[in-house]
Amino acid sequence: MAKTALQFRHNGRDVAIFVDGGTNLLVALRELIGDMTPKFGCGQGGCGACSVLIDGELHLSCLTLAETVAGRSVETLDGIKDGPNLHPLQRAFADNFAAQCGYCTPGMLMAAKALLDRNPQPSRAEVVEAISGNICRCTGYEPIINAVLAAASTGRARA
Amino acid sequence: MTVTVRTFASTGEAAAVLSSDRSARYLGGGTLVMRALNEGDISISTIVRASDHALTRIDATGSRVTIGAGVTFARILAERDLAFLHAAARSIGGPAVRNMGTVGGNLFATDPYGDFTVALLALDAMISVQGGLGSRDVPIEEFLQTRDRQTGTLVLAVSFQKPATADAFRYRKIARIKPKGGAVIALAAHLPVSNGRIAGARIALGSMAPTPIRARAAERALEGRTLDAATMGAAAAAAVEGTSPADNALASGWYRREIVGVHLRRLLSGQE
Repeated sequence: MAKTALQFRHNGRDVAIFVDGGTNLLVALRELIGDMTPKFGCGQGGCGACSVLIDGELHLSCLTLAETVAGRSVETLDGIKDGPNLHPLQRAFADNFAAQCGYCTPGMLMAAKALLDRNPQPSRAEVVEAISGNICRCTGYEPIINAVLAAASTGRARA
Repeated sequence: MTVTVRTFASTGEAAAVLSSDRSARYLGGGTLVMRALNEGDISISTIVRASDHALTRIDATGSRVTIGAGVTFARILAERDLAFLHAAARSIGGPAVRNMGTVGGNLFATDPYGDFTVALLALDAMISVQGGLGSRDVPIEEFLQTRDRQTGTLVLAVSFQKPATADAFRYRKIARIKPKGGAVIALAAHLPVSNGRIAGARIALGSMAPTPIRARAAERALEGRTLDAATMGAAAAAAVEGTSPADNALASGWYRREIVGVHLRRLLSGQE
């Protein structure tokens, strides 16, 4: 089967790959680009572990046909750190014990980033809504919600 | 298993491929078709896409609303003129699914999904479809009854009359997990009022039959009456008539029959 050439921006860098027909973006990122931060959870859109930002919008990479991101910008957890420094959300997750096994964490962080990028001072209810598509089986969600709120208030202190 | 992806500029070309190739599926937001591919569905060998901008257009300024099939739920939530549909749009998935899932795709979503279609059924929507021979408008009830055979047609848009008042349209989804969970049942009601009496009530139920259905007995109980306690009680008692809910992991059919009247009464009385 013929492969299709695909070019897009991955965490601010142009990438060019060849994909098989029907390849989803998660497979393209993990197996063809080597970015292991988005995780494979269910492949069904139920868990949110594969969440990435496409042109700044939260999407599920496992349900995204890879070739639909041609010419667009894809941001994964791998791209949010600032050099050797953690992103404020990563720092807040560590400080608030918001990660246990860590499998949902990349998706949670991207969902939280999508929220804070357009709503820097969310209410608790807005945080709950923002991560409602992401399943965590360890923490019971409370530390994650607290971490996102803490990151938001850090951002406020800095501004 | 790889599939062939074919992207067309026009909906006509896309529809021609869909109608002539039984293994072709139209890819909208991906939340149904990509899910099927990830699950290993070998009945799909061709993915068809169309880049026609008409598919993502919203016209909600007049009294008749037209929503392109490719419009996402996030777009509906951003549209002030569609405020009456925000509760239904917000009840779909989490934020990522709402950024992806489309109005047209929702028409094909089977239980426990497809809640937005329940709202469209209560609004008496017309579905514009394009087949191999041209485009036509299909009433939503007819579309849902023949849904299994509709994969060979391309949905272009849905259109419906805007409810006269904010109070005339109501929607309620019952889920075990909040804010995001599959529907135990979903209910929508369009209750136009003329001279203080209900005229042309439409009540739609999700997860009470293989496709969303109208609760005709409950509609008859409302017709020509004022929305008082006795009328609401009569409609609630009639809600279960004609339903055939299935058992699934979210609830049993018995449970659905037990609660549908309770939730219809709450919907009609405006109770949270």
